[in-house]
Order: sequence, then structure tokens, then C-alpha cells
Amino acid sequence: MKIDKNTINKIARLSRIKLDDKESEDYIKDLNSILDWVEQLNEVNTENIEPLSNISSSILPTREDVSKDANSSDEILENAPDKLEGFFAVPKVVE
Amino acid sequence: MNNLIKGEKHDWEMVIGLEIHAQVKSNSKLFSSSSTKFGSSPNSQVSLVDAAMPGMLPVINKYCVEQAVKTGVGLNAKINNYSVFDRKNYFYADLPQGYQISQYKYPIVGEGKVTIDFKDGTSKDIRIVRLHLEQDAGKSLHDQNPSKTYVDLNRSGVALMEIVSEPDIRTPDEAGMYISKIRSILMYLDTCDGNMQEGSLRADVNISVRKPGDGYGTRCEIKNLNSIKFIKQAISYEAKRQIEILESGGAIEQNTMLFNTSTGKTRPMRNKEEAHDYRYFPDPDLLPLEISEEEIVKIKSSIPELPDELKNRFIETYKLSNYDASVLTAEKKTSDYFNESINSDPELKNHAKLVVNWITSELFSLLNKNNFDLTNSPVSPENLGQLVKLISTNEISGKIAKDVLDDMFSTGKTAREIVDEKGLKQVTNEEEIEIVIMEVIKDNPKMVQEFLEGKDKLLGFFVGQAMKKTKGKANPKILNEILLKKLNK
Repeated sequence: MKIDKNTINKIARLSRIKLDDKESEDYIKDLNSILDWVEQLNEVNTENIEPLSNISSSILPTREDVSKDANSSDEILENAPDKLEGFFAVPKVVE
Repeated sequence: MNNLIKGEKHDWEMVIGLEIHAQVKSNSKLFSSSSTKFGSSPNSQVSLVDAAMPGMLPVINKYCVEQAVKTGVGLNAKINNYSVFDRKNYFYADLPQGYQISQYKYPIVGEGKVTIDFKDGTSKDIRIVRLHLEQDAGKSLHDQNPSKTYVDLNRSGVALMEIVSEPDIRTPDEAGMYISKIRSILMYLDTCDGNMQEGSLRADVNISVRKPGDGYGTRCEIKNLNSIKFIKQAISYEAKRQIEILESGGAIEQNTMLFNTSTGKTRPMRNKEEAHDYRYFPDPDLLPLEISEEEIVKIKSSIPELPDELKNRFIETYKLSNYDASVLTAEKKTSDYFNESINSDPELKNHAKLVVNWITSELFSLLNKNNFDLTNSPVSPENLGQLVKLISTNEISGKIAKDVLDDMFSTGKTAREIVDEKGLKQVTNEEEIEIVIMEVIKDNPKMVQEFLEGKDKLLGFFVGQAMKKTKGKANPKILNEILLKKLNK
């Protein structure tokens, strides 16, 4: 797999990162070398092997269904650049 | 039943599949301890996990997992011992993580089915593809300010069950019946409160049209419908739109649509050039979810009688029709009411059909008219049972019983009290009725003449007059018999 200009633009847009031409070139180079390195794994035969989503042998820890009264709005909104009556205020999102 | 839409050259068939989002009824969120209470002040139920502060880790709510398994059993579905949580990546202001934790390749529940019942007594199975657990997003308010969107994260992280159907649905009505059935099952299981107004249950609809027998057409998805009425409206409109395009020689563009509830029309969402690319991958913060057979067996044993089982029991025990039984079992509160009512007197089980009718037509219409709900009905199940008993033993006529029910509704008195107080007991004494009829005949000689000359319609007039004189208390059957006898003399 090769990363080209179109792919890098798509990834940048999906990540909401603005890249200038110089940065795009740099990322194309970086990402391609990472992919080349990872592609060594293709040499391994993985036929009939289920993907492994986690290498830990421990069991998913769970919690009981108890709610804690957070009354969180002041703390949660502390870093918000803009807020109004307990809401985050963000630039208009259409739809 | 004809499910097809008439077209210019040939008929069209709709192909519909639903993705239902049902909020798990739990105290706390799927991966945090914040409360799930509805209607609290904005951002008051948001933990650092829900706000996606750096370094926070999700810990799964055991109860939500059990609720999902329970629901899976209720949908006659396969429970998967092994499932995985994935990240579904997209940017939106009410999704602080930048991804939704969901399940993609390995959902907690696999294939199942539910049955819907038609009025004509037939039924149909709708296959379920899967049920998976996922997080809800926050809520955005777009219409408060021309340049800002306001975001409330209280809902962010609340557990949802997404229930995906096969495209087995063929009409707007079937879609409505399917979601009603799912809602009913969820409410019997008590795994979701089923409140569509508060958004606890909502659906995305996938729809395409085709010439019957052809393969599937290109589909469009209508997002986020929160009432059965809107689901049906949106489907009808969208099918018509697609057929118009196809008949004028156009092609359907696969699109995500929004339904405008005030115009009744669908329109494509903007930003469609950014086709969604969710880049699912297993969430490295969460280990796979493993459920043992013992746990599944334990959950299965906790499952109450479900609507279909209850329906079959009602049909068998009370000889009710499939349709009546399915109306009774559509909502738990209705079947509870019926149960209490019919068990209040041993005689009533021989008049089950009458009990059903008085609940589902007379009582329901009174409740609707007065904005009451069955759970706070002024007429208790026992009192309704007593009323039906008075009818079944001919103490009062059905017509009088309607007035009695009205009185019961507004005064809270029992049927017996009202009948005694107002002297409404039906007159079955033939002599008494005969006296009244003779009076009516004497008072209306002209009418009698016309009737005898063949104006049969006048019979209703005489019945009405006699009923009026007895204040509606005469037994209609006896009244009619005597009247005919006397008039033909």
C-alpha cells in the first residue's frame, strides 16, 4: 500500500488537520516508511487465524450499575473557550 | 394483502430494514458512573470519562451487558460468548472522544427473529441481524443562536442497544408493527423504558424500491426517527420520491436523508461529499467481552413471560383471537390490567371477549379522550370486571353500560353503586315492557298505519320511543320481540 497526495489529503480532512504542501510531502514520506516497515508482517502466513484484538490475558474488568451524583457542569465547562447557561458553545454545526 | 404501489408501467415493492437504537434502562452510563437521568440541567451528568479528558479509561457497566443479553434472548437470538468493542471514528461537536465505542465485527448478540401479527389473523417473521452495545453521543442544539451550536453532554456515554433487522419489511405498516413489537418486548423485559418522546427508542430506516422479483434497488437511509407515525410517513414519502425518480428515467443515489416532521418530506443531508469513513478498529482501552454459558443460563432464567408466550396463553385459556390477544399483550400495562380484571371474578373467564372489548375499545377511548393512561385509570381492573359481569348477566344492557362506565370514570364509584343509585337495572319483565309498547302504539296511530302499509323503517322509531320511555333500560331483545308481535296483530 502506498500513501499518495490524495490519501494524505483524505486522512488530514478526516482528522480535521490542515496541512500545507510542505507538510503533506513530509507526511507522505513518513507514513510510507512506517507502512513499509509494518508490511513486513505480510510475510507471515495468517490464513485461518482469527484477528487478535488484545494480547492481554486478563479479563475485562466490570463495575456495578451505581450512579454517582456528579453535578459536574462547572468542572466540565472550566476549559471551554465559550459557554452559555451550562452548555458548551461551539461554532455552528449545520445539521 | 397487497403490498405493492401502483406504478406507470409496473407495480413497485418497498424493501425496508430498520436500525433501532434502544437506550438501556440503567442507573449509570456504559463506561462511566454518571447518572442517566433524563431532563437534568445541561452538562450536570458528565464524568471526566464522558468528556474524554486525557488519560481517562472506560470501565464497563456489568448490568448493561446483562440487559443486552436479556434483550438478545427476548429476540430469540444467538448470544455470543465473545464480543469486541471497536472505535467508530468521526468528528462531531457532541462526540468529545472523536470516536464512538461500539461493536463492529463481533457483536454481543447475533441472529434472531420477531413475529408481527396482522389484523386478518396472519403473521410474519422479521429476521434480526444483530444487536450490539454502543455509546450514545451528546445533544446539539442548533436553533438557539444564528452562529453557535450548543452542546450538552449528559447523554454522552449512555448505553444503547442497536438492533439491526434484515430488509424483511415491505410496507410502512409493517415497519410500524415491527418497532411496536420490539418496543413491547423491551418493555416486558424491562431493558428499555420504550419512551420514544424522550428518545429512549429511535430508529434509522433503510429503504429501497424494486419491481417485484428483482434484486434489491439502491437504498437511502433516513436518520433518527423518534415516533412510529414519523417512521411510517417518512417511508411513504421516500418510496414515492424514489419511484418518481426511477419512472422518469433517473437513478437513485445512495444517500443519508433527514425527515422534516413539519413538511413530511425527506431531504439529503448536506456534507455528503465527505462520505463516512469510520475506520473501525478494536478499542485498545477495552479487553474483549467474554460471557460464560453459566451467566447466559442465569440471565435466561430471570426472563419473565414475553408477549408472544402470553399471547398464546391468552388464546388457549380464553379462546381469544390472535389479533385480540396481540392487542392485549402489546403493552405490559394492558395485559396486567386484563389479567387483574378477568381474575377478579371466576365467572368472567367465560366472557373474556367481552372483557377485552370493554378494555380496548370503551375504556381506551375514555382514557384517550381525557388524557389518562391505563396505569392511572380512574376505573380499576376489578371495577371494570364487575361492569362486564353486570352486562353478561343481563342486569344492564350494553348501551346503559356505556353511561355507567362514563360515571365510573368521572366519579370513581363502582358499577354496582351506580346501577343501584340510578335504578339502571335492565327491565326484562315482559309485562312491564308490553305496557310501554302499548302506550307507544296508542300515541302514534299515524306511524302505525304507515308501518302496516309497508314502511318497515319505522320499526326503529318505535324501538326508540319505547326505549325513551324506559330510560334505555328495556332489554332490547325482548322489546323487539314484543313490538313485532304487537304491530303485526
